[in-house]
Amino acid sequence: MYARPAQSLPVRSVPDLISRSHPLPPSPSPPPETPSAPDALLEVSQLRVTLNTPRGPADALRGIDFSLARGATLGLIGESGCGKSMTAMAVMGLLPAGARVSGSIRLNGQELVGLDDAAMCALRGNRIGMVFQEPMTALNPLHTVGDQIAESLRLHKRMSRSAARAEALRLLDRVRLPQAAQRLDAWPHQLSGGQRQRVTIAIALACGPDLLIADEPTTALDVTIQGEILALLHELVADSGMALLMISHDLGVMARMVARLLVMYGGTVVESGPTAAVFARRAHPYTRGLYAARPRLGTPTVDGRKPRLVTIPGRVPELIDLPSGCPFADRCAWVVDPCRAAPPPPVPIEPGHAARCIRLDAVEASA
Amino acid sequence: MTAPAGRAPGRSLAGPHPLGGSDDVFVGRGADVLLELRDLVKRYRLPRERLLRAAPVVEALRGVSLSVQAGRSVGIVGESGSGKSTLARHAMALETPTGGSVRLLGRDLHALAPAELRAARRDFQMVFQDPYGSLDPRQRVGRIVAEPLIDASADETRQRVAASLDAVGLRASDAQKYPHEFSGGQRQRIAIARALITRPKLIVADEPVSALDVSVQAQVLNLLADLAEQFGVTYLLISHDLAVVDHVCAEVAVMYAGRIVEQGTPALLFRAAAHPYTRALLRAMPADAVGADAAAPASARVASASDVATTSTASACAFAPRCAYRQARCDIELPALRPLASGQRVACHFAESVSIDAARSSGE
Repeated sequence: MYARPAQSLPVRSVPDLISRSHPLPPSPSPPPETPSAPDALLEVSQLRVTLNTPRGPADALRGIDFSLARGATLGLIGESGCGKSMTAMAVMGLLPAGARVSGSIRLNGQELVGLDDAAMCALRGNRIGMVFQEPMTALNPLHTVGDQIAESLRLHKRMSRSAARAEALRLLDRVRLPQAAQRLDAWPHQLSGGQRQRVTIAIALACGPDLLIADEPTTALDVTIQGEILALLHELVADSGMALLMISHDLGVMARMVARLLVMYGGTVVESGPTAAVFARRAHPYTRGLYAARPRLGTPTVDGRKPRLVTIPGRVPELIDLPSGCPFADRCAWVVDPCRAAPPPPVPIEPGHAARCIRLDAVEASA
Repeated sequence: MTAPAGRAPGRSLAGPHPLGGSDDVFVGRGADVLLELRDLVKRYRLPRERLLRAAPVVEALRGVSLSVQAGRSVGIVGESGSGKSTLARHAMALETPTGGSVRLLGRDLHALAPAELRAARRDFQMVFQDPYGSLDPRQRVGRIVAEPLIDASADETRQRVAASLDAVGLRASDAQKYPHEFSGGQRQRIAIARALITRPKLIVADEPVSALDVSVQAQVLNLLADLAEQFGVTYLLISHDLAVVDHVCAEVAVMYAGRIVEQGTPALLFRAAAHPYTRALLRAMPADAVGADAAAPASARVASASDVATTSTASACAFAPRCAYRQARCDIELPALRPLASGQRVACHFAESVSIDAARSSGE
């Protein structure tokens, strides 16, 4: 009854642009899983990150494995503290001081773990583009938009001032900032949130990266603007052949943007698989809880009020308090003693779809 | 996180207030209308761009009339720049309107003397979006929560802080802690406890859950619903998330460019939206949030706000440049907010055909 209309409204002002750029469902074929895939762009294996907390060292990531093929899309979903941003920061080499990393992160075959700062700087903004959540804090308020886009071009591509400026204009056009030529000399505060996010995307794209990391890129934006930015990102990824590593807490955003999804909890990937399959099956109890907790439009009222939302009992534990077995054990309705004994291994569900849960049958039977 | 305070069926609004204290705050409860905004206009003068040119003026509110009845929470949805936060700030008397009036419990807030306004504030409190920015990191929770209380004794303050913390599912001992010791969801509970402590009738909540994680968001939404029931609080809820508004509110007003373009019950608006902009908002919702197939492609939306020229004249419908139903009339005649046969009020000349289209596509 609340289904999306199948027909689009005719759009008069910019018909072609908007309707063509519309986020189509990403290609259903999942990228190859094997780390040795010949076209793997990013391979992460057994990534562990240990942080110093006031209460002692704590594992923020506990052995993350995934691989991302050239031009493929992958989403990391989970709540704050689950390690999704930490994974992205590890890939970008932006971990907090004192963090200890083990395992391997390979980009184009090059090992990033242990890379020195100078070498990492040469990659960041060049081979890896980044878009963050809050475009106002990602931009420097004291530099014009044009200068900030030109910065990475001049740094990485050794462009002249005028060439960088011309390229910045082209990029602003590409991200469809209206009146790009006038906006080149605008200051970040003169732009709206959506426009600022377009600028940060232009900066991320400047050097033609192989990998775009988007960390909650639309969380700070309005609903209709969010749709535009997602459509833009989707189109840019499809056109340029760069791979997308997208981080979000929003299931709806993920459904639109990525072919594969990793559900993270407590520094581990609790479920991974093709996005549609993860949503359809919701094999892991946490995936199930996450899905059920959101309010939905059009929930019927009972006695004049909405039914209570299903919440996941308890709260996300602090990293240092994570149980040694399954990290979700303390909040799980299906928990049995063996769950607490050892971290569950990934249990295959279908080819390319696995969940770290030893009670998958019981969880599914209860649905 | 501690479970939210459960529903307490024994607590009724008659008799002693469950948060303690005297009952005199309920004077005027007979008045059904809590908040009444009438023809609210707000213009902001922007900094001059050129020395000899007149400073540009932005009309954030262009004549908004809205009334909030006790027990019927109202949700305001719209994009940034639509004026929804400006509306909230006026409802809180944090801004002085250029024109029109804000009446809370029959009193014109902007005609009150500062001291009277301060006293009146106990009837309406605010919860902000960012639970990190809205709590002073150098004050203990007890002091933060007690801040809206004026002229209460130390003993009474302590009791009411404890009651307020209890109502939001925190412990009385949490009053001794500092905000940094709490998670985002707990901080938002602290902010709600602070709003509750004066036993307000109206809580203006500006995006209260949008900074929270999904599972925590569900807890806070359940809490808001419980508090409405236990303490008779009515919300004016500002949100960009239609599902959140649908969950909490009995009525929704959709704002666009400083005007209310559609108003009605969530069920009505979300089933048979009669304004093209409401339909656009609904279509921009991620598919799975509307219960549809998660992988279904989103259909085309309206033209982007940033892609169309915003040169609409005062007499034109502000949405016209982005609208698929636009006709010549839209550019010369401002559509008034008018009731439809189906029950909602809508400001569109062609609302009837829009709602027919909406019903047709939602029936598919």
